[in-house]
Amino acid sequence: MQDRLFSIIRGLRADYVEVRLDESQSSRLVYRGERLEEAGRTAGTGGCVRALVKGGWGFASFNSLERLAESAAMAVEQAAHVGKGQSEFSPAQAVIDTVAAEYKKNPIEIPLSAKKSLLDEYNRIMLETPGIQTTSIGYGDVMKKVTFASSDGSYIEQSRIDLNLRLAAIASRDGDVQQIGLSIGSKGDYSTVESLQEKVRDIAKRAVALLSAPQVKGGTYTVILDPVLAGVFVHEAFGHLSEADHIYENPQMRDIMVLGRRFGEQHLNIVDGAAVPGLRGSYRYDDEGTPASKTYLIKEGLLNSRLHSRETASKMGEKTTGNARAINYSYPPIVRMTNTYIEPGSTTFNEMIGGIKEGVYAKDWYGGTTSLEMFTFSAGEAYMIRDGKIAEMIRPVVLSGNVFTTLNNIDAIGNDLDMNQGGGCGKAGQSPLPVSNGSPHIRIRNCLVGGK
Amino acid sequence: MQEILDIARRSAESAEVFRVTSIRTPVQFEANRLKQIQAKESVSIALRLIKNGKMGFAQASGNISPTDLVNMALETSQFGYPANFDFPSLRSFEEVVVFDPQVELIGVDSMIGLGQAVVDAVCVNTAGILCEGSISRGTATFEIANTGGGHASCKRTNFSISMDGMLVRDGDILYVGDIRSSCRPIMDPSPVAGEIIRQLDLARNNASIKSMTMPVIFTPFGLSGSLLAPLISAFNGKTVLDGASPIKDKKGMVIFDSRLSLTDDPTIPYQPGSTPFDDEGTPARRNALIEHGKVVQFYYDLHTAALAGSSSTGNGIRSGGMPSPSVHALVLEGGRVAQADMIKDMKEGLIIEQLMGAEQGNILNGDFSGNVLLGYKVDNGEITGRVKDTMVSGNVYQLLKEVLAIGSDSRWIAGYVNTPSIYCPAIAVSTK
Repeated sequence: MQDRLFSIIRGLRADYVEVRLDESQSSRLVYRGERLEEAGRTAGTGGCVRALVKGGWGFASFNSLERLAESAAMAVEQAAHVGKGQSEFSPAQAVIDTVAAEYKKNPIEIPLSAKKSLLDEYNRIMLETPGIQTTSIGYGDVMKKVTFASSDGSYIEQSRIDLNLRLAAIASRDGDVQQIGLSIGSKGDYSTVESLQEKVRDIAKRAVALLSAPQVKGGTYTVILDPVLAGVFVHEAFGHLSEADHIYENPQMRDIMVLGRRFGEQHLNIVDGAAVPGLRGSYRYDDEGTPASKTYLIKEGLLNSRLHSRETASKMGEKTTGNARAINYSYPPIVRMTNTYIEPGSTTFNEMIGGIKEGVYAKDWYGGTTSLEMFTFSAGEAYMIRDGKIAEMIRPVVLSGNVFTTLNNIDAIGNDLDMNQGGGCGKAGQSPLPVSNGSPHIRIRNCLVGGK
Repeated sequence: MQEILDIARRSAESAEVFRVTSIRTPVQFEANRLKQIQAKESVSIALRLIKNGKMGFAQASGNISPTDLVNMALETSQFGYPANFDFPSLRSFEEVVVFDPQVELIGVDSMIGLGQAVVDAVCVNTAGILCEGSISRGTATFEIANTGGGHASCKRTNFSISMDGMLVRDGDILYVGDIRSSCRPIMDPSPVAGEIIRQLDLARNNASIKSMTMPVIFTPFGLSGSLLAPLISAFNGKTVLDGASPIKDKKGMVIFDSRLSLTDDPTIPYQPGSTPFDDEGTPARRNALIEHGKVVQFYYDLHTAALAGSSSTGNGIRSGGMPSPSVHALVLEGGRVAQADMIKDMKEGLIIEQLMGAEQGNILNGDFSGNVLLGYKVDNGEITGRVKDTMVSGNVYQLLKEVLAIGSDSRWIAGYVNTPSIYCPAIAVSTK
């Protein structure tokens, strides 16, 4: 394959060309209530060619390998049609490497029947909980091999195994419907979805309890976020703004995002890196063949660096970070996060909550999104804080912030970093990309909470 | 397809093959300039089979042997649900026009010219704005065949213009945008440019807003991005079957304003959501969901309908896996009131153009809560500017129980939703 790809690439007239070929095998189980609604398997092959000519890009994707040569020629022709200037693209060292899939307990080797019995058990626990109306469960795993070759002379084969599980317990009474979810993901370790019986029982009980919980009054509160929700917060509140493709061709954004600008207090350190091992967003090379790194986005409260593709790094005169990722062969790589987290500080949870007269303790996640400046993120579970203590449960809240003020309003960072590996990230139609995010508990002053 | 069916028939009682072949050419703009031309080809094939009375499923993209595909489906059939329906006979379908050969004839240079015309018009209006978007054309062929005999196919063209503008000024980031889509070529750049410019003009100044309950106008964009998801979930036959729909026992009852009517309509010519049959070969049809405020019916695929003792409404749609109930193209019937008259009627109120995070709340219950990403403040009948750092919360059933007016400004959003503006008496606003 290596020789074939190199021979095609050598025949093309472009400033840069890359070929990616995907092979994947996946399985999926979907439940609604007591019914197993889908037990399915998927096999996929496909590939793409991306070419850069005089600053213009062409991209062609296909399913059948027979289309490779023709697609390659088309991508170059398209790029030449677009390119009117000069290509700017950080150079890379040629890499020849094979990266085997990492796994602890390989989900691909677990028979479908075993997966089904496990999910049946979780489902039964939820459905047997008094007050639960129905449930929904989605489990999926995928084994994927990506072959990459580029005009730099790189040829890389990387395999990975990803799995995810989402459970939701749905309670209903008098036309009121409430739900609590649990989302787990892992890079190749099936044991992360095992032994969840207690957690599953707990989400079912909490879903029922939500029916009696009041809704918070909207307004600004001092909030404490647990590590899971704080992870979603850092992803939405700052992670996306660190992606250089939002910045590199926008002079005003370059002014706003000038390195050294203060975004938070001295205690705030935010990191992203695929080189952090063993997490869902970990890998050795990105989809442009750049080695993964670990990047301090914010160091001691100051903007320190950002996430790059080879194009954004070159145009901004900064170092590549290995953050160009494509969800599959039908998309070109774009700048994405990997494993994003707030580094731990020294505040204990009791110190953090102690001084709060009235506030909100928001845990777990339901979703999050950003417009770069303003962002929202929603909790899966929430409580009022009264006189320094966790008080009554409230309906899950949607919180909102503004990147130019909210990070500065973080006034306490806990000592209990934890990474959340559930869910995935969406950008420019490419979703869900495996990422992880995390944080210790954090306290935010003046956080806007939606409510009645 | 026939080969797969033949092999499947050797081991299974019945089988169905669904194939989608597509080619799409997006021309992409970034930072006001042409950036990339793409050509995306894709073939995917899905097999459902019934073995020992149980449903098996497998799908593949790219090169796969028919035998492998059948074996994968046979493997999963051991765990499949008891088959409770027969694959429908694929008889002739009423024609729904969704193919226009003109789309395939449009060259990339015309598409580039169209995109550049939108960008230029927006840049002339507002200096310093950066536009990003794409002009795309494509053709997709949907084919279905089953062991009951027969074969159905539908070829659909698509043309779309989508453009977003990002304006950064004084530490403020403003997003505006529009998207239009059709089965026919859209060769006039001015509606998209005009909509973006309209949003820019309204958002030129920032206005202050206080935490309180106030009247609200949802524009077509605002409505489609916040109020429809809970309704789509509630009318889904599967949500109803599971008892998780708040309207499960409201069929035949008037629970919305009597001027509100909502229809799923896949029969409108040249609309991207239109089709003669759904993804399991049931004829697609116009289904009224809400008629004059009354809950008329829920929507079903074959499997869910069988469980519910109902029949498929032609809403079996695949989105990455097996078919499940979904909508084709929602039309909320328009009214007679001009949006300008709604604004004039407001003493102090809010117009919501884009709500961010609205779908992160408890959709099942009809709750929504989000940040007003693009919205305008109204004081004494006039728009005074854009609001920021503002959240709204509400419940779609309370909000739509009684509305003040329904707009005469219906439009398609991305080709899958058609809605007017809706003027509602009260929404909770929270701000800093």
